[in-house]
Order: sequence, then structure tokens, then C-alpha cells
Amino acid sequence: MATASDATKSSAGTSSLPWNLLRANGILVALAMLLLFNALFTPNFLHLQTLFVNISQVATIAIVAIGMTLVIATGGIDLSVGAVMALAGALAPLIFLSSFGVNYPVLGLALAFILPLVAAMACGLFNGMLVSVLGVQPIIASLILFISGRGIAQVLTNGNLQTFSNPAFSYLGTGRILGLPFQGWLALALACVIAWMVQRTVFGRYILAIGGNERAARLSGAPARTVKIGVYVICSMLAGIAGLIVVAINSASDAARNGNLMELDAIAAAVVGGALLQGGKAPIFGAILGAVIIQLVKYTLLANGVEDEVALIAKAMIIVVAVYLQTARRV
Amino acid sequence: MAGGFDLDLRRYVRGNTQTMGVWIALAALIIFGLLRYDNFGGAYNITSFLNYNSMFIVIAVGMSFVIMTGGIDLSVGSVAAFTSVCAAYLSPYGIEIALPGGVLAGMAIGAVNACIIILMRVPPFIATLATMLGAKGGALVLSGAQTISVDWGSNFTKLGMGNAFGLFPWTIVIVLVVVIAAWFILEHTSLGRTILAIGGGEEASTLMGLKVDRTKAFVYVFSGGCAGVAGVFLASAFGAGQPLEGLGWELSAIASVVVGGTLLTGGLGSVPATVAGALLLGLVFNILNFENGRGTISLSAYWQMVIRGAFLFIVILLQTRLTAGPKARA
Amino acid sequence: MSRPLLSMTGIDKAFAGVAALTSASLSIETGEIHGLIGQNGAGKSTMVKILTGVYRRDGGTIVFDGAGTSIGNPRDAQEHGISTIYQELTLVPLRSVTENVVLGYEPRLWGGVINWRAAHRRASEILTRFGIDIDVREPLGSYSTAIQQLVAIARAVSLNAKLVIMDEPTSSLDEREVEVLFKTVRNLKASGVSVLYISHYLDELFRICDRVTIMRDGRTVACKEIAGTTKIELIAEMLGRNIDDIQSAGMTQLGGGDARSGALLLEAVEIATGPRLRRFDLQVHAGEIVGLAGLLGSGRTEAARALFGVDSLKNGEIRLKGAAFKPAGAADAIASNLGYLTEDRKAEGIVPQMSVRENLTLAVLPKLSRSGQVQRGREREIVDRFIKALGIKTANMDQPIRELSGGNQQKVLMARWLATEPELLILDEPTRGVDVGAKLEIQGIIRDFVSRGFGVVLISSEFEELIEGADRIIVMQDGYSVEVLENPGITENALVKAIAHHHDSRTAH
Repeated sequence: MATASDATKSSAGTSSLPWNLLRANGILVALAMLLLFNALFTPNFLHLQTLFVNISQVATIAIVAIGMTLVIATGGIDLSVGAVMALAGALAPLIFLSSFGVNYPVLGLALAFILPLVAAMACGLFNGMLVSVLGVQPIIASLILFISGRGIAQVLTNGNLQTFSNPAFSYLGTGRILGLPFQGWLALALACVIAWMVQRTVFGRYILAIGGNERAARLSGAPARTVKIGVYVICSMLAGIAGLIVVAINSASDAARNGNLMELDAIAAAVVGGALLQGGKAPIFGAILGAVIIQLVKYTLLANGVEDEVALIAKAMIIVVAVYLQTARRV
Repeated sequence: MAGGFDLDLRRYVRGNTQTMGVWIALAALIIFGLLRYDNFGGAYNITSFLNYNSMFIVIAVGMSFVIMTGGIDLSVGSVAAFTSVCAAYLSPYGIEIALPGGVLAGMAIGAVNACIIILMRVPPFIATLATMLGAKGGALVLSGAQTISVDWGSNFTKLGMGNAFGLFPWTIVIVLVVVIAAWFILEHTSLGRTILAIGGGEEASTLMGLKVDRTKAFVYVFSGGCAGVAGVFLASAFGAGQPLEGLGWELSAIASVVVGGTLLTGGLGSVPATVAGALLLGLVFNILNFENGRGTISLSAYWQMVIRGAFLFIVILLQTRLTAGPKARA
Repeated sequence: MSRPLLSMTGIDKAFAGVAALTSASLSIETGEIHGLIGQNGAGKSTMVKILTGVYRRDGGTIVFDGAGTSIGNPRDAQEHGISTIYQELTLVPLRSVTENVVLGYEPRLWGGVINWRAAHRRASEILTRFGIDIDVREPLGSYSTAIQQLVAIARAVSLNAKLVIMDEPTSSLDEREVEVLFKTVRNLKASGVSVLYISHYLDELFRICDRVTIMRDGRTVACKEIAGTTKIELIAEMLGRNIDDIQSAGMTQLGGGDARSGALLLEAVEIATGPRLRRFDLQVHAGEIVGLAGLLGSGRTEAARALFGVDSLKNGEIRLKGAAFKPAGAADAIASNLGYLTEDRKAEGIVPQMSVRENLTLAVLPKLSRSGQVQRGREREIVDRFIKALGIKTANMDQPIRELSGGNQQKVLMARWLATEPELLILDEPTRGVDVGAKLEIQGIIRDFVSRGFGVVLISSEFEELIEGADRIIVMQDGYSVEVLENPGITENALVKAIAHHHDSRTAH
């Protein structure tokens, strides 16, 4: 009678200190390496102009990524951000170019900021209700507006490119404060406000608790439905702001292109920034760093003669590695 | 004894109306079109409609397998773009080489998905998001960001432009083959049943002794292969490899699958209903064209996206009711 | 019966350094129905999962059917002839009955094509053998739980099983369905198949088992012929008590009952939420600890959930300080000054990524905020106070809670509720899985809370804790509150007897 061999004893994996450090601060190390590489090899990298270009490009990604980080923190995802950008971006010129907007320029301008954001928040309310009240999976819930949101924007504008000349509105995309692009400051300010919200308010605390352990949070009295709806509303509102910025930069609104594929960049930035897909973490400044890294990779490759296409592959690898490291850390 | 084993009739009926809904809606839309527009039932409209939608049907079928296991494949659009470029390069060797070549390229990317998901335990959403970017990059690198013209001298363009037996496009024949094969796999093989079982409960399937990892690998490779077929169609229909095409295809495919009644949480689904879902979403566009052609109203083409989204919304509302039953029991 | 069908000896298993099994053993004869019992955490399911290849053992030997086995996964186990029916049905309810029976082992035509006609025929043949005559083409989910259970068994047997493992098979069946199941089990035995029957319903064991193995704290403590034992004896083994002491216990609980100090705080009258909580009565007065005792599955946790408004009432009513109390959820209950410490610390207690501070103040946040903003100063003050008062060992209040020991995590969760300044706390196994020191401290906290004139509902599987702590103990069985014992005067043996005794009152309604 043969007997079974003793099962192997599982040994706890011992990892070295540098490896742990790298994993904990991987994003900063990556950023430092990118900057160092560029400083050494990329021509004209250390010029102010380079900074401007990169800041204006990274700001919209960063703003959307902040909202996406909040949604991901509750264990959700929002695919509709690009469509919401298009919708908000299409509404603004419609308002200040309308006869009302021309007759009452100040009020028209104010409404051109407010109404698109209200519309964006309505989109967020729709997503949030589907997710939290009806229990639809976030990816599918946000797919509805992903498909029809841009359609609505195109219906509103009849698919036309709306060009305009409105210096006050365009300040959003072309203005400078202390020599740096306005939208860069705006992204930073929004990040500070949201980060404050996450860390200091009851709402923020509930976001992390629900994402970390929804059952425990509910049993401790957290209003899970309301909080989830709120998160989608904020995410859509930020997407709306980003949509307005893109329109302001171009002095034109193109519903077909505004925010196209933004959902992917935002998710990538959030994940690279350290957001856990299963929820419970909302690294707001991480999302900003993630956006910066994705932009820098793209820029680095471009500036060094590598084609735009290869940058996509690089982006893909960054995402997989970032998530893989998260998975490895959990085990 | 039988008294204790009463049937939950309500749930059963609800379960079937789920797939029946698509067919009823599709039939209603077709009857509406036939009654309202003269050329709607004409051979030209039917073949061009099917030809145009063949790519989406094939992708939706591949996607349906992935969703039935409870996963998702966001890479299909990029994979189709990638394989259209591959097929264009292979076109001088004829369709006999270009079609299998394109499909193999798609399956290779599907295999990458499978590896990342199964071996690295990265969630399908992120894994296929990454390969979506990667495949798109690959397509652009391979093509130099240009459309790649196919070899018009070979028989390659016959696929998208020629007719089988002088009757209908070859693409329709191939779609039919893929659909029947997929239906057959799902309904009549152990593999197909395992796909549905995994979607019904991955943990339970493992404990039942099913080959979960192998089956999951299959669905991602299959989905990649289907995207490969769509890519070859794309190149053949437009006479060029299109590295920039395929944007948002994955989401239309998901929408088709969902409209076709496949449960988002996996475990329930049908291939014919998925095809019906894809046709339904395509018909919205077709009918819109006819309506504009009559000139009575003028709805821009952009409405089709809005209406598609509305369809999806309605189906999801219906589905949440369906899934609420079993969940409440648990 | 010279050689047992299965012999597991010296099985060791540890999870993250915590021993789950210590030299456990199990031996099953061919054609035997063998019971396996033990309290929560005794190691029953770990044992089964090692046998079926879900877990790898750290040490020990398994001999099955005369050969040493190296079962690596559940499919391996099936191919060796070991089939398992898990507590959570491992079937696919959306698929047809046939599929569920033959899944993975379908009859094939050429080229791997499923022969559906043969499959349906085989499925109905197999089911007919169990006396089930149903349409096998219907989705499994359209049939009752009992049918699903039997289909699972049919599947197991059709795989030429030599050993069928059943994990709590009757927990969701009604009495008539249980009869059908038992008939099936006896049929299996008659055809030479062995059954390992895991259940916490001891009456069932006496009806169908030949022998029963008792586990406690990861060890096998006894294996008895069922014919030569009694229910009290089994419970004594399960709990590690002396049988003679239990049997000589008098009915001393008749005394007392006038020790009630305060006003009536919470009252539940004939409440029911479903099959797990069918009729439950309770009264808690200020300054009183009311214990809930009962075996696993008796409905204690369900009672707690009902009182806290998590599960909605199907029957009966709850009154809080005389007024009707209908909480729509936890937030309502908290606002009414109730607190609920859950049994499952991991799944329903801690938020692992959050710090000690954030976990501690989670339930008190609404009171801690001014216009939505958390008042950090007050928060730190409260956290600091509770860390000191409860002796929570943490590097600092911002340490992630997952890094704390189980006992300290539990103290943080106690503090979470104490911080809300509740008038009534529902504590579900507050000292489970914590070391002795922390246990005494937690019990001290509870005593202190009550001495300030508040009320506690204490659920515990530890009799000492209940007897020493509770002013009254409500005994539960099968979702019914069946008996109330009053302190002083409750002895451990009296309590065990009350739990083990078959109460007719539970079927009166």
C-alpha cells in the first residue's frame, strides 16, 4: 500500500527591500526615470515651451482621471466620460452663440459654463442610478451613454464643427496664470479640492469604506446608494469641465472628436496612479501623476523619433504592468 | 412526491421572453420597414445591409462567448484593424492565404489576452484594454499609419465585393458558417456547455471538475479569431487594410450581445439571439436611411447612436428584472 | 470490513501560520454512512477540502480505496470516485437538469458532439433511480431546492462515486424533502457507496448514520458507533465537556427572574424573516445582558440582523422603548442608538485598507461632522480615548487595521460601536478568534457598558461566556426561540441540555 507523499510546505515569498521600495514608489521612480531620460536625450526638453505643451495636453486627461479615480474607488468604472465631454463641449457654443447669448453676453457666458455642467451631471445621475438603484454592472450602465451621449451631442450640433471667437470663453483653454496654462492650474485646483474631499469629508470617507468593504460600510450606516450616485455625478461633472476646456483650446467644438477615447486614457491614468480596480483606494494625486506619465511616455517617444503608434503599445504595457503589480501585491 | 417539486413558472416564462424579445422587436422592425418602404425588401437592400453588418455580426458572436463566461473583450475593434492590415499584406497570395492568415493573427492576440487574464490574473477588462491599445499600435506600426491597398489582381476582393454563386456576397456565406459553427459549439459540445457553466459560477465549475482555464483560453482566442475574420472582411470590402478602423466596435458588439439577451453576469446566452441583436442595432440605421430617403422627416444619421443607446437602456431595464429573481434567492 | 475505504491520518494544515488542522484523522468503511460534526472552525470543511484536492495538506497520509492518493484538484477527486455536494450548491441553475447531471461527462457522438438524446435519457434514468420524475430539459433553477440537491447527488453518483460527501445537505430543505434525501442516502448505502455526512442537525445523524466522527479545534476527538451513543454525549464531545456533569444537571433556571434592573429597552414579538428565523421573541431591559444560545444554524445571527433592520420582517413586530421600531436599514438603527457587531469580522466588519482611526469612526461619522466635513480634532480625540480605554495595541491610529491582530481588530470594532454612544448593542460572537487576553478585555468592556445602564444582546457559542455574562439566555433551535433561562442559577449543563433537548414548541405554529 503506497502512501501519499507529504505535501509541500508553502513558503512565504521573501522579497528584497529594494524591490518593495520600487513597488511602493514605482510611480515616482518611473516619473524620475522618464524626466532624467528626457533631460539627457530629448532635444529641447528643458525648455519652457515643452512644459506648456505637455501641461495643456495633460490637464484634460488629469481632470477626467480624477473623476475616474473616484468611480474606481467605489469598485465601478465609467466608460461614458468621453461622450459626456462631447455633450458638454457641444452645448457651450450653442448657448453663447444663440441669440440670447449674443444679446446678453455676460449671462450667456455664465450659462455656457453652467448649463453644460448641469447636463453632464445629469448624465452622471443617470449612470449612478443604473449602478446603485438597479444594480446594473458599471461597465454596461455607462455603455448606454457612451453610445448615445456623443450621438446626442452630434444631433444638437447637426454634426457640424462649431467655430467661434469668444476670448472670455477661450481663456479656459488658452489663458495663462503666472505664465503657465490656466487649465493646468485648474486641474491642480480640482485635484486639491477632490483630494480634500476624499480625506476630510464624510462623503470621501464613505467612498473609501464602500469600495473597501461595502457590506461592512452598509452595516455601519453608510448610505451606499447615495454615495455611489454622487461619485458618478462628480465624475461626469469633471468630464464636462474637460469637454469645455477642449472646446476652449480649439475655439471650436467638434462633437465627433471631443473626448474620443478619453475613457481609456482616464482609466489608464487612474490605474497607473495606483487606483485599485476592486475599489477602496482613491489616490487623486496618483491619478495626476498617472496622467503625467502617460503623456510623458507619449512625448518622449515622439520627440525621439519613435512613431506615435509605438507609444500606444508602450501605454498598453504600462497598464498591464501596473495592474499586474497590484495583483502581485494583494497575494 | 411530485407535489413538492413545483415549477417556478414565472421565472421560466420571463427567462424565455428575454430572448424572444429580440426576435419580436426584429420582426416588428422588419415588418415596419417592409410596409413603409418600397425597396426595403429588395435584394439590393438586403445584401448590402447584410454585407455591411457581417463584420459586426462576427465580432458580436465572438464577444458573446466571452460574455457568457462572465468576461469581456475590449480588444476586438483594434484586432480587426490589425488583421485588416495583415490581410492586405497577404492579399497577393489570394484569399486562401489571406483569410486564414488574418484569422490566425486575430487568434494570436486572443491568446495574448488569455495569457494575461489566466496566467497573470489581470482582470479581463484591463487585460483587453491593454491589448486594444497594443493591437492598434501594432496595426499602425505594421502599416506605417497608412491604409494598405490590397492586391486587386488576386481574388482577395472577391470576398467583400464578389458574389457567391452569383447570388449574394461571400461574406454572408462566411458569417453563416461562423454563426452555425458557434451555435453548434455552444449547443452541442461539451466545450459550449462548459462556457455557460463557467459564466453561471466559476467557483462552482471548478468544484464540479470542469476545465475552467482551458475553456476561458478558448473563448478569448475564439473572440480574437472572430475579430480576425471581421478584419479580413474590412480589408476586402474597402480594398485596403484599415489601421484606423474599429473604433468603438467592441462596445457595439457588447451592446449587440446584451440586446440579444445574453446575461451580463454570464451563464445564459444564445448565438442566434446575439445575431438578432446585431441585426436589430444595424436595422435602426438602415431604417433611418430609408426614412430620410422619403423626405417626410429628416433625422440625421446621428440619431442612430441615440436610438441604439435607448435600445440598450430598455434591454438592460428588462434584464435587471430577470436577474433580480435568482439573486433574491441566494 | 477489513480495510476501510478511506483512511486519513495525521492530517495537518495551517493557513498563514494559524493551524486549522492538527493531526486530524478520519476513517470510512465501504457502504457506510459516516457523520462528521463539530462546532464552527472545528476543521470539518478544511478536512473535506483537503480530501477533494481544493487545499494541499501540510502533512499526513490519505489512503483511498487501497491506494495512497495524490489528489490535486476537484476533477482528480471525481475521477478517483470521490464526489462532493457542497453546502452552496455547486450547480448551474440557469442550465437544464440534464446538463447539470452530465456536465463534463457528456455522452458523445463522433467529433466530440454531445448526443443530447442519450444525455437526456441518461439524466432521466439516473434521476428515476432516485424516484425523481421531472422534465430534464427544464432549467435546473426552475425546480425547488430539494430537487436541485437531489440532482447534485444524482450527478455525484453517476460519476461512479465510491464516496459521496454531503456538506449540510438539509440546511435549505423542508421536512418532506429531507425524507426524500434520506431515502436516497440509504439507497446509496445499499448499493455499496459510502457517504460522508456533515451536519449540525444532530437528530439527522441518529436517523441515518452508522458512525460519527467528532472534531474540535482542528483535531479529531472521537469516532463513535451511532447506536451506542446519545445526543448529549455527542454535544459533550463537540464542546469538550464532561458528559456526567451535563446529565446530572438540574433545572435550576426556574429560580431568579426578578433581577431585572431597568426599564424595557427593546422587545421583539414573534418576529420572522424567512426559513432561518421563523418565530423569535426577546426582551432586553436597561442594564441587562441577554444571551442568545443555540447550535450553528439555529438562527441567532438572523435574529440579530432582524433586530438591526438589515433583514426585513415578514411577521411580528419590534418595539424600542415602547414605540414601534421599523428600521429601514443600518443607518436607521444607528440613529435610534443601536449598534451591531457582526460575526464575520472580515466580510462584514473591518474595511481592510482603512486605518484604525477611519475604521473606528465609521459608524459615528454623521455625529462627527460639521457641514459634511469630518472634525479631525474631535475624531482624533475620540480615537485616542478608545485606544487608551480599550487598550488597543496599534503603532498609531493611522496604521492600517489589517496589520493588527484579530483581538485588536475586534476591539477597534467594539470601539466603532461604543463611539456611537448606543443604548443597546447586539454583539455576535464578540470574542471568537481572539486570544485569551483580548477576550477577557472585551468581556470587561461589555460588562462596563452594561453597568452604565445600557442593554446588550450577546450571541456566543461559548457557554461560559453566556452563563457568566448573561442575565437571561434565550435558547434557539431551527429559527425558533424555544426556551428562556434566567440567571442566577443557570449551570452550563442545564444550558447544554436546553440546547440539545428537542423542543416540541418550535413546530407548534
